[in-house]
Amino acid sequence: MIELSDLRKVYPGPAGDVVALDGIDLVVERGAVHGVVGRSGAGKSTLIRCLTGLERPTSGRVVVDGTDISALPEQRLRAARRRMGMVFQHVNLLDSRTVAANVAFPLEVAGTPRAERSGRVRELLELVGLGDKAGAYPAQLSGGQRQRVGIARALATEPAVLLCDEPTSALDSATTRQTLGLIRDLRDRLGITVVIITHEMAVVREICDSVTLLEHGRVVQDGSLAEVVTDHGSRLARELIPVPDLPLGPSRALVEVTYATDEVSTHDALAAVAALGRDVEVVAGTIETLAGLRVGRLQLEVPAAHVDDVIARLTADRLHAAPTVAGDPTDRTDPADPRGATGEVAA
Amino acid sequence: MNALTSLLDDPVITQRVPEATLETLQMVGSSAALTFLLGLPLGLLLHTTSPGGLAPRRALNGVLGVVVNVGRSLPFIILAIAVLPFTRAVVGTTLGWEAAVVPLTLGAVPFFARLVETAVREVDPGKVEAARVMGSTRRTVVTQVLVREALPSLVSGATVTVIALVAYSAMAGAIGAGGLGFLAISYGYQRFETSVMVVCVVLIVVLVQLVQVVGDAVARRLDHR
Repeated sequence: MIELSDLRKVYPGPAGDVVALDGIDLVVERGAVHGVVGRSGAGKSTLIRCLTGLERPTSGRVVVDGTDISALPEQRLRAARRRMGMVFQHVNLLDSRTVAANVAFPLEVAGTPRAERSGRVRELLELVGLGDKAGAYPAQLSGGQRQRVGIARALATEPAVLLCDEPTSALDSATTRQTLGLIRDLRDRLGITVVIITHEMAVVREICDSVTLLEHGRVVQDGSLAEVVTDHGSRLARELIPVPDLPLGPSRALVEVTYATDEVSTHDALAAVAALGRDVEVVAGTIETLAGLRVGRLQLEVPAAHVDDVIARLTADRLHAAPTVAGDPTDRTDPADPRGATGEVAA
Repeated sequence: MNALTSLLDDPVITQRVPEATLETLQMVGSSAALTFLLGLPLGLLLHTTSPGGLAPRRALNGVLGVVVNVGRSLPFIILAIAVLPFTRAVVGTTLGWEAAVVPLTLGAVPFFARLVETAVREVDPGKVEAARVMGSTRRTVVTQVLVREALPSLVSGATVTVIALVAYSAMAGAIGAGGLGFLAISYGYQRFETSVMVVCVVLIVVLVQLVQVVGDAVARRLDHR
C-alpha cells in the first residue's frame, strides 16, 4: 500500500546541507496501522510531508496505492492527494466554517456535487459520533471533538490511506484513548491503511500493528509489534515496556529480565525468578499484552558478585537476562552506527 | 434653542452643508470601493509572492514592496498634488469630488494592501497545509482559506481604511475637491464663520463614528473564533 525506497531529503542550508531523511526503506501493508516513532528532529514530519507530496524527495521513491508520488507533476499530485486523508496535531479546521462545512470542504475541492455532499457529510459526522454538531463552529467544540471532526474531514473523499501527524499529542489521556479507538474502529470498518507519526509510545501500544523507529533520518528498528517486543533488549522493546531507573544499594547490581509468552509463560518466568532465592529481589517490573502476546520486563536487584551466575540460571530457563544498562535506553546507540545496538540483539 | 434656530436660518448651513456632505460621501464611497478592488489583490499578491508564501517570487515581491512603501511614505497632500497631471488625464479635470477619487484611491491602496497582507499572514499556516493536502488549487487556498479565514480582520482593515479616506477627503477639499473638508476650510478658516466649521466637524465625527460602529459589528458577526 505504501512503499518508500531509499528515500532521501536534503535541505541545503547556509551552514551546509541538512539531511532530514537518509535512505528510508519502509513498507506498510494494506489495512495496517503503522506507527513511526522518534524524537523531534528524527525526520518524522519530513517523512509524512513526503508522503503527501508537500515535500519533494531529493531522491528515492514514494509509492502510495500504486502511484509514485515523488514523480508526479503538480496537477496529478493534487488528484493523488485526494486519495489520502490527513489528520493534524492541531486539527487545522477552518474557524469560519461550521463543522458540516469543514467536513464538506474536501468534497468541494474534489468537485463532488452539492446534493451528494450533504448526505456524505451527515454520514461522516455520524461515523465519528458528532451527528448533532453539524451546525456548530469549531470554537464551540472540545479538543477531542475537534479532532473527530478532523478525522471525519480526512475521510470525506474515501481515501485509501489515512496519515496522522501526532493526532493525540494535544489531547489528554482519556481523549487520546477515545481518538485512537475511533481510528482503529475506522480501520476495521473501512479497511483503510493508517500511518501514525507520534512521539508517544502509548499510542504505539494502543493501536499500531507495526512500527518504525527513526533517528537522525534513518530507520533504527522496524517490524510488527510482536517482532519488536520479542526482540529482547532492543530499543523499541525497552521503550514499549518501560521500567523506571532505580537507585542501587552498595555491592548490589541490577539485572534485567525479559520474556514473551511466545516462548515462556508469565507463570514460568516468575517461578524461575523465585527459584533464585531471597537474595534476588524484584524491584520493578512491567507486564503488558501487546499484539496478542504477554510480554514482561523485570528489574532484579542481585548481589554484585552473583550477576553472572544469575544471568546463567535465567538463560537456562529460556529467559532473556542481561546487566541493566543505566540511563535512558534511547541514548545507547552510537549515532555513527544507528543499526549497531539493535543489530546485535536481533542476531 | 436660539443658537439652533440661528443655525437653521443660515443658508450656508441649510444648503451648502447637505451638498458638501453628499460630496464627501460620494468621494469616500467611490474611492473606498476602488481601494478594496485594487488593494485586496495587491495585498494577497504581497503575501503569496513572499518567501514561504504559496507562490514565492522574490523579485516581484521586492518590487511590489518598494512601490507600496513609496505610496505609503508620501503625505497625502503631496501625493494629491504630485498626481494632478495623472488625475487630469484620467478624469479630464482636477476639480470636484470625481477628480479627488484618483489621489484618494492612490493614497489608500498601498495602505489597505499592507493591512490585507498582515491579515492573511495571521491565518494559521496549518490551515493552508490542510487545504493543500486535500488537493486544493492555489486559487482555492487563497479564496477559501486565506481570504475567508481572515475576513474579520479584513473588515477591520477596511474600516480603518474608510476612516483614513474620510480624513484624506478633508485634505482633498483644500485642493478643490469640495466636500465637508472644503466647506470647513473655506468658511471656518478663511471667513471666520465658526458655526459652519463646527457643523462640518460634527458631521465628520458622526460619519467616522458610524463607519467604526458598522465595521465593528460586521467584523464581530463574521468572527467565529
